[in-house]
Amino acid sequence: MNQAEKLPDPNTTPLAQFDLSDPRLYEQDAWRPYFARLRAEDPVHYQSDSPFGPFWSVTRFEDIMAVEANHEVFSSEPTIVIGDLTEDLPIEMFIAMDPPKHDLQRRAVQPVVAPQNLAQMESLIRSRVAEILDHLPVDETFNWVDRVSINLTTQMLATLFDFPFEERHKLTYWSDLAAGSPEMAGGNVDQEERMTGMMDCLETFTRIWHERKTREGGFDLISLLQRDPNTADLVERPMEYLGNLVLLIVGGNDTTRNSASGGVLALNQNPAEYAKLRANHSLIPGMVSEIIRWQTPLMHMRRTATRDVEFKGKQIRKGDKIVMWYLSGNRDENTIDNADEFIIDRSNPRHHSSFGFGVHRCMGNRLAEMQLRILWEEIMQRFSFVELVGEPERVQSNFVRGFATMPVKLHPL
Amino acid sequence: MPTITLIEHCGTSHTIEAETGKTLMQNALDNMVPGIDADCGGACACGTCHCFVEGDWEPASGTADAMEEAMLGMRPDRTEQSRLSCQIEVNDALDGMVVRLPEYQM
Ligand code: HEM
Ligand code: FES
Repeated sequence: MNQAEKLPDPNTTPLAQFDLSDPRLYEQDAWRPYFARLRAEDPVHYQSDSPFGPFWSVTRFEDIMAVEANHEVFSSEPTIVIGDLTEDLPIEMFIAMDPPKHDLQRRAVQPVVAPQNLAQMESLIRSRVAEILDHLPVDETFNWVDRVSINLTTQMLATLFDFPFEERHKLTYWSDLAAGSPEMAGGNVDQEERMTGMMDCLETFTRIWHERKTREGGFDLISLLQRDPNTADLVERPMEYLGNLVLLIVGGNDTTRNSASGGVLALNQNPAEYAKLRANHSLIPGMVSEIIRWQTPLMHMRRTATRDVEFKGKQIRKGDKIVMWYLSGNRDENTIDNADEFIIDRSNPRHHSSFGFGVHRCMGNRLAEMQLRILWEEIMQRFSFVELVGEPERVQSNFVRGFATMPVKLHPL
Repeated sequence: MPTITLIEHCGTSHTIEAETGKTLMQNALDNMVPGIDADCGGACACGTCHCFVEGDWEPASGTADAMEEAMLGMRPDRTEQSRLSCQIEVNDALDGMVVRLPEYQM
């Protein structure tokens, strides 16, 4: 596909002419029939040409799990998006490392988001969510993405890091910079701006680290890192410190933000599900999982073959890129019944591919679920209907599946 | 049918008649024992079916392979007794086994 032209017909175009890396497929929400065809006709598919070079697409749920389970052959190094790294900034992120190094770094920060710690944060998070919702205009159109989703996740990040609250917009800014480079994911962020921003992020957090050293007993992520013997001197390893920060900021930003918007869209498109929710608020935890499945906020992760290997009858060569399309796994009828439908009371809602699998499986999944659960619990205490009153606009990326705007109107209880 | 006891973190105990040939995870779910999520459906790929095998049951229940080890390595609450219950196939030798469930799955 030439990315300047119209998207090709998904049903008649030869598979060889599909470009799954084309961000317009996602911006225009046109991807479904392309992936349905791949799952049916060529589930492990080689694309010989793209703006990011050739790559394999793995589109079935079971095959995605099989790739993730085999981290010796399917490596997360050097990077986990379709495009290659272009910058000179050697940020060390364990999402793009293999065991044993990955395990050491992840083990050090994982306890920070363990459910006991999260429980300590729940009431603060709830009061901030309530505050946001109580200040929304009623019976007037506004942009849900800005006023709620971004505001909420930014506040949430500030809360998690105990970041200066007035400067919290910086967190969102850095997250957008880190996630949006065009070489990596088809986004539109300037390379120089990105470098400057990342250095600013590092400096700011280095200052915070030193200030916080003298304080005791905090439950924020920085204090927790300082108390763990494995990370107590993390600040001495700046690129690793920055890497972990960026990972936690990006991990907890776009993903939760777009789930907070995606839920509104899904409920508006499925009024019968919205009615079920109104009648029974105890469906919220299961609905949160279903929203995360249905939205698939990160559409893929990439691996790189460390040797020649045969996979599902295909000959993969050393150095080949393998893209696991979670977006497609989540629509795989072999694994998920009525996969294209949004159903808030599924019997097994946690069985989805949005958090990935294996040793890299999303570290923040409980945190994300908690935030979204609280959001919907508080929404349902206040509004009978978050009404979508216009077409949402989607972001341009082949990695983050998200919304730029979403016009809504609130109807109080 | 071997009898297996699963003890929740809060202390509530569930004794089940387990079906041989099925995994411990599946048996726990079939008997509505709370405390196991099993997000990946038993593929050793999510780590949310974590449990602790009590006492001397290790020989009969088998040992964790490399993949299971890797997944267990990510649990902050991992101990010597940690196993993924989807990787334990129930057999008659497990009659009387006691398994504790963790405070949380993640
Ligand atoms: C709905 C929200 C979220 C989604 C859909 C999501 C999705 C993902 C995915 C797909 C991966 C890669 C999994 C793999 O390679 O198998 C991942 C990894 C990760 N996520 Fe999330 N995430 C979410 C929320 C969060 C939050 C709130 C945090 C903040 C703590 C977070 C932190 C991380 C980290 C640190 C990793 C790297 C794990 C590793 O490589 O070992 N995520 N996430
Ligand atoms: S059910 Fe996922 S690892 Fe056992």
